[in-house]
Amino acid sequence: MAESHTLQVELVAADRVVWSGEAVRVLARTAEGDLGVLANHAPLLSVLVPGVVEIEQTGGERVRAAVSEGFLSVADNRVSVLSEDSFLENELDRSTVESELTAAREADDQAAVLRAEAKLRTLQS
Amino acid sequence: MAVSLREYRAKIKSTQSMKKITRAMELIAASRIIKAQQHAAAAAPYARELTRAVSAVATFSNVDHPLTTEKDNPTRAAVLVISSDRGLAGAYSSNVLKEADRLAEKLRAEGKEIDFYLTGRKSETYFKFRSRDFVTSWTGFSDKPEYDDARLIGETLVGAFAEDNDVDVDVEHADDAVDVQPVDELHIVFTRFKSMLSQEPDVIRLLPLEVVEGTEAPDEADVLPLYEFEPSAHEVLDALLPKYVNSRIYYCLLQAAASELAARQKAMKSATDNAQDLIEKYTRIANQARQAGITQEISEIVGGANALADANAGNE
Repeated sequence: MAESHTLQVELVAADRVVWSGEAVRVLARTAEGDLGVLANHAPLLSVLVPGVVEIEQTGGERVRAAVSEGFLSVADNRVSVLSEDSFLENELDRSTVESELTAAREADDQAAVLRAEAKLRTLQS
Repeated sequence: MAVSLREYRAKIKSTQSMKKITRAMELIAASRIIKAQQHAAAAAPYARELTRAVSAVATFSNVDHPLTTEKDNPTRAAVLVISSDRGLAGAYSSNVLKEADRLAEKLRAEGKEIDFYLTGRKSETYFKFRSRDFVTSWTGFSDKPEYDDARLIGETLVGAFAEDNDVDVDVEHADDAVDVQPVDELHIVFTRFKSMLSQEPDVIRLLPLEVVEGTEAPDEADVLPLYEFEPSAHEVLDALLPKYVNSRIYYCLLQAAASELAARQKAMKSATDNAQDLIEKYTRIANQARQAGITQEISEIVGGANALADANAGNE
């Protein structure tokens, strides 16, 4: 396998490709804890918990996205982040997310609270 | 004669407005098919990656998961029937329902009891009209299904399957109002979109899962790397499979939506053509009636003039 310094990243939601492109680093929160993926990472299939995915592009710019439960797969410098719901930072609106969080807390829906908190964290960079 | 002429004109007019309506519906269906196909294309990357991941786990670990294990003697099967919300789509809904009946008969012959789960108002009314039992139905999205619809259906059905198999799955979105019976199998009846001209009702068995799918397995050339699983292969599979089921259901809903729209477009096209034929026929009859009226009037005038001339000749 040729050595490479970049990763091909695909951030995929159930009904669309949210973001795709080249990156040098991907940060995500897995069931085991935070995980950083650099180029030439060993093949990995990991379970994601609701959280923030941060993609550092080759130019140093960062793309941040909120994901719900999902998966991260790494193979041959291709990183796929799969999640049923996934939103980029600029697709989120603070007041909507905050009302989602309040609604989830009132309904005592733990999973929804986690998802809303992940979205909120995405906004607080 | 004048009366029937007026009648025919009225018929032509109403047929013309019907034709306008069917023509509009044809065009709407045609434009929505394009959207439905775009949705299907947008959903493809997720389905592809998920299939890859599931194949990877299945290939590199010999984990037995309840969702993939067949029971020795299954006694109860769930059948999900995907039909449309609205009619005017030719035989679309009745084809799906016929296929569902065939499947039900086959399963009953194998000694299984059947729980029907329905989507689309057409199947709901079909079952209600015949006073047949079904567990629950979901309606209102047949021509533009969203992922959330598939998730709701998927988690309800996986919940029904899991109840019987001691699987601990995350079913937070499931319909709490539905009183599900545990089932051993899950089949889906939907319409496969083959082309704009041909859509066929089809059955797939979703659970227990057959992970290696002939049609959608990744290319052989595309050798799967030796993955590490975090936290463990079993836990990854636990989380993957319900999502995989949802994604399969979403795929079926999208196929069904595209098929419904194609069937509607075809039905509306032939309705428009029929209306055009009727208009031509009525126009001919109306023209004949008009001509007959004119001929009669002329012969009346000529007859009257002749009678007058004869009377005058007699007087002289």
